[in-house]
Amino acid sequence: MSGVSVNKAAEDAAPAGDDLVVLSNVNKHFGALHVLQDIDLTIARGEVVVVIGPSGSGKSTLCRTINRLETIDSGAISIDGKPLPQEGKELARLRADVGMVFQSFNLFAHKTVLENVMLGQVKVRGTDKKAAEAKARSLLDRVGVGVQADKYPAQLSGGQQQRVAIARALAMDPKVMLFDEPTSALDPEMINEVLEVMQQLAREGMTMVVVTHEMGFARSAANRVVFMADGKIVEEATPDQFFSNPRSDRAKDFLSKILHHS
Amino acid sequence: MEAREIVFDFLEGYDLLGAFWVTVKLTVYSALGSLIWGTLLAGMRVGPVPLMRGFGTAYVNIIRNIPLTVIIVFASLGLFQTLQVKLGGGGDFEVINFRLAVLALALYTAAFVCEALRSGINTVPTGQAEAARALGLSFTQVLRLVILPQAFRAVVNPLANVLIALTKNTTVAAAIGVVEAAYLMKDMIEAEAQLILISAVFAFGFICLTLPTGLLLGWVSKKVAVKR
Ligand SMILES: Nc1ncnc2c1ncn2[C@@H]1O[C@H](COP(=O)(O)OP(=O)(O)OP(=O)(O)O)[C@@H](O)[C@H]1O
Ligand SMILES: [Mg+2]
Repeated sequence: MSGVSVNKAAEDAAPAGDDLVVLSNVNKHFGALHVLQDIDLTIARGEVVVVIGPSGSGKSTLCRTINRLETIDSGAISIDGKPLPQEGKELARLRADVGMVFQSFNLFAHKTVLENVMLGQVKVRGTDKKAAEAKARSLLDRVGVGVQADKYPAQLSGGQQQRVAIARALAMDPKVMLFDEPTSALDPEMINEVLEVMQQLAREGMTMVVVTHEMGFARSAANRVVFMADGKIVEEATPDQFFSNPRSDRAKDFLSKILHHS
Repeated sequence: MEAREIVFDFLEGYDLLGAFWVTVKLTVYSALGSLIWGTLLAGMRVGPVPLMRGFGTAYVNIIRNIPLTVIIVFASLGLFQTLQVKLGGGGDFEVINFRLAVLALALYTAAFVCEALRSGINTVPTGQAEAARALGLSFTQVLRLVILPQAFRAVVNPLANVLIALTKNTTVAAAIGVVEAAYLMKDMIEAEAQLILISAVFAFGFICLTLPTGLLLGWVSKKVAVKR
């Protein structure tokens, strides 16, 4: 793609009312490794996109570029019509609008569950403590861990911790939620309790980008599946199309492996 | 009772408690100063600004490698007698030297506080900072609210060692005429005959200061440890 078309894509993205996240011609390297190659991806408001692909294909990196936990080498990313700011206050404000849920939960270990869910509200949004606590408690109830509010993260099971992490992200009223393999660090019996919360979110119209290999979730909650391999988006399709009738050889190969193993 | 009075009568006429009180004050003031300055240095060393990182690294490596005596003497001869730095009002020689000793001890100890903290910061998983950044916290908020509270909990024991070393290092202030415990000891040794007893009394005095510090902070360290 030429430089001209990159700029044009970025400009086109801005006024479009229903495109929430737009990546155009994004490239990223880790040293010599070209982890993201000419990525074009548009996510509409309210859309649930599942990103799937073999290990090392760049799924996490893609996810992390959307809130600039990873910088990009070229291309453009915009969220709700605004290009991603470079650094500083603007970037922090944008990150507050983009919720992120990590594979390893990353709850603040020195704070109680309740404090985890209050911190961003109070320190980033400037909400007063009472209101922040009320909202935190109602979110914790909503994800089913209300009774654990005063415990520390280490006292909770993995599934409970991940639900707290979702509540922590939701407390910021994000425009979009990013999930990077939210269930792959969990014992099998805890996977469903987390997926149910995510399914509920999807039903309520949250815009979501979910890196996961949970096909059940993809089939029931996703509008679209994006298949990545070697830093490229190889295939995009509806879940049904993708799982029952993949077009690319890479996807066929990948699906036969994960179907075989699970 | 009788025996005790005879054995310890060489203490008569010396302000032993007063001298140790000066030691305690030197320790507490320089501990506070070094904790603040050392934390700022650690912040610089892990921060994103190359100039600050360079400054932090240079500071620690230079200060750590200069003998404390040299730093204290420099504070007295260089800062005060040459540049007239008094660190506040009043011209009392004793008071000025005390302040300069605190400054020198704090500047010196800060390098060790910084390194202890930096090792603590390295025990905090990167995911903690990422989660904090993802919420929209600024760099200083991430450091202040998430990283440093966990780092401090991880380094209570190393910081206790720094504090104990500082307590003993206050004796160097005698070099610029601050009348703390070691200064008094030298005075007494010159005037009295009981060399071993005098040394034993002062050694005991220092142990009375440092041992409880170590025990207390050891207990605190277990109490505040972050469970992961
Ligand atoms: N910080 C980094 N420095 C250098 N290389 C990195 C870094 N992070 C990721 N990589 C490399 O970039 C490639 C893509 O990594 P990424 O984590 O995005 O893959 P992934 O699709 O999420 O894989 P997985 O399914 O294993 O999580 C991998 O080869 C990885 O080793
Ligand atoms: Mg990954």
